[in-house]
Amino acid sequence: MSRVLRGVRPYGENPVDIVIADGVIVELAPAGTGAGEVIDSDGLVALPGFVDLHTHLREPGREDAETVLTGSRAAALGGFTCVHAMANTNPVADTAGVVEQVWRLGQVAGLVDVRPVGAVTVGLGGDRMAEIGAMAHSAAEVRVFSDDGKCVHDAVLMRRALEYVKAFDGVVAQHAQEPRLTEDAQMNEGELSGRLGLVGWPSVAEEAIIARDVLLAEHVGSWLHVCHVSTAGSVEVIRWAKARGVQVTAEVTPHHLILTEDLVSSYDPIYKVNPPLRTAADVHALRAALADGTIDAIATDHAPHPHEDKDCEWAAAAMGMLGLETAFSIAMATMIQPGLLSWRDLAQRMSVRPAEIGRVRTQGHDLVVGAVANIAVVDPTAVRVISATDLASSSRNTPYAGMELPGRVVHTFFAGTPTVLDGALA
Amino acid sequence: MKHLLSAADLSRDDAILVLDTAAELAAVTDRSVKKLPTLRGRTVVNLFFEDSTRTRISFEVAAKRLSADVINFAAKGSSVSKGESLKDTALTLEAMGADAVVIRHGSSGAPHRLATAGWIGGSVVNAGDGTHEHPTQALLDAFTMRRHLRDGAGDLDGLRVAIVGDILHSRVARSNVLLLRTLGAHVTLVAPPTLMPYGVESWPCDVSYDIDRVLPGVDAVMMLRVQAERMHAAYFPSTLEYSRLYGLDARRMGLLPPHAIVMHPGPMNRGMEISADVADSSRAVMVEQVANGVSVRMAVLYLLLGGMKEEI
Repeated sequence: MSRVLRGVRPYGENPVDIVIADGVIVELAPAGTGAGEVIDSDGLVALPGFVDLHTHLREPGREDAETVLTGSRAAALGGFTCVHAMANTNPVADTAGVVEQVWRLGQVAGLVDVRPVGAVTVGLGGDRMAEIGAMAHSAAEVRVFSDDGKCVHDAVLMRRALEYVKAFDGVVAQHAQEPRLTEDAQMNEGELSGRLGLVGWPSVAEEAIIARDVLLAEHVGSWLHVCHVSTAGSVEVIRWAKARGVQVTAEVTPHHLILTEDLVSSYDPIYKVNPPLRTAADVHALRAALADGTIDAIATDHAPHPHEDKDCEWAAAAMGMLGLETAFSIAMATMIQPGLLSWRDLAQRMSVRPAEIGRVRTQGHDLVVGAVANIAVVDPTAVRVISATDLASSSRNTPYAGMELPGRVVHTFFAGTPTVLDGALA
Repeated sequence: MKHLLSAADLSRDDAILVLDTAAELAAVTDRSVKKLPTLRGRTVVNLFFEDSTRTRISFEVAAKRLSADVINFAAKGSSVSKGESLKDTALTLEAMGADAVVIRHGSSGAPHRLATAGWIGGSVVNAGDGTHEHPTQALLDAFTMRRHLRDGAGDLDGLRVAIVGDILHSRVARSNVLLLRTLGAHVTLVAPPTLMPYGVESWPCDVSYDIDRVLPGVDAVMMLRVQAERMHAAYFPSTLEYSRLYGLDARRMGLLPPHAIVMHPGPMNRGMEISADVADSSRAVMVEQVANGVSVRMAVLYLLLGGMKEEI
């Protein structure tokens, strides 16, 4: 059976009919001529399905916050066809058994490719390398390794990990946070943290680790990926490293592209996140870096937390915010609308590059005949007001509740099958 | 005004109103019957997540002198240590009909959260939150300075005040900088650079690392407690060195102009930031600060809970 995305505009360009059969794009026909079950897409924009390099699905261990299934639903609704499930679960994804479990749960949910990320160190403890090879060779075929939530701060261990993953074309994704400089840190260190009496998380704690790691990567000829870059200084270091020929890639979260530390003045823990919200100058630098390719990808750092972990005083609250269902809208507001990225550029940042970084062969394809039909169809003219209770995630910790955001994901196709139609799970 | 969360909540007129009201209420304290019927039937809860006997007692006496019913709720450990959550505690107090909650909490912003999260309907008074603020301490300090240095009326225009010690972790310093500025005083913060908050240069005050150069030009010096655990966190090499460089001893007190007063929010580390002979000298006004604390807290509760002026 074939399906036709009728009158859709690939990358915002001229309308065509995208014909999908047997999981792939079989034809790009003149608008109105494609044969098959018609999915009305008149005037909508088609992009390759989004690939998230940084998702917390919380299963196993915190099924009260999110499960692979609920997170997959949120992902599909956000236009994603692939997510990378971070390793900081309970138990930690540091063995082949755990990553295979997460991978199978993803298969069962069947809404997106769930690609487990393996821990770099046992239990995220930072002192002994996890069985990286076993995870790489497991059914889950793990290629991205990260202690995300914690920094691999031991320089020797980081060096070894960078070297070790070369054997199977893997990458270490570093959560860059110098631990001693960020003990009990609550928010960006600056004039505001001093005034609010909250312990500061200085930019240098991120930048110093990135600087060390790009030099380590250069020294051992390895490839480094930097998670959730949040400061202008980090951008400068990565730009310098890339110019020098260091193999480094980087991601930025949607929230670091739009929110600033001023929001912390409310002491509302909905804005508590790690790395913390930074200044307007940092936001500006991050947008520019994403535009010029210094930062390769948008990655959500979708971090669900049960309500009670946010409905409390600042210090007691958990760090993190939801991202999957709002990422596209934030990208539109911060990158498309100001003219910093074209639709083709956005496809690079949200699909092509992250698929390359995660070594996901079936994702990030251009919308051409023969490509796997992973497609996000979006309405750039739509405007919606975000409601925390309308989200598919099991958690409600979105910082955008009540905000009016541009753009809406209308249809999502995962390997040729619609997972979302007309903005609802198919 | 419904809440007192930060000294920044107070305009110059607000602050002077509190101080003037406190002055009127202080007169009550001199009567043989130290009680007004103003807040009869109102309930004030002292919600203390940190031990602070002196502040708690001060608020308790203040509320009782206004005839309020006082409940002391000592919450051992905050939700951080997995006791009852702040929210559930707040809902409990709300159900009991608290008209005002006086909160001391180890987490900066907890009073702000209590006032804005929609958990309770009553007034919230910040009695010290984390390393953020302690606005009633700043008010009592201003009240004390006004009595000694400004004839007990008006603002503090032109007054010069040094605040010395652990500025970084001090809620007293933050509230004092804000309030003293509002009242027209000029503040100089004095501490080793490690105990200055990041970005302090943008605060509305001067910054100095040299106490000896500052003391000759001030009308009041406020010494802050330096906690011994700061030493283990390498903010300074030793208590001895700290004391030598930043402690107020008799020699340094001699650098002050003759009229200047010595203040300390307490509790003092005698021999650390202040020597015993200074603490016991005639210039030291610590005991008076405590007494003024009651008057100022009476004024705050009175104004927040809408007491009637005629009843004084």
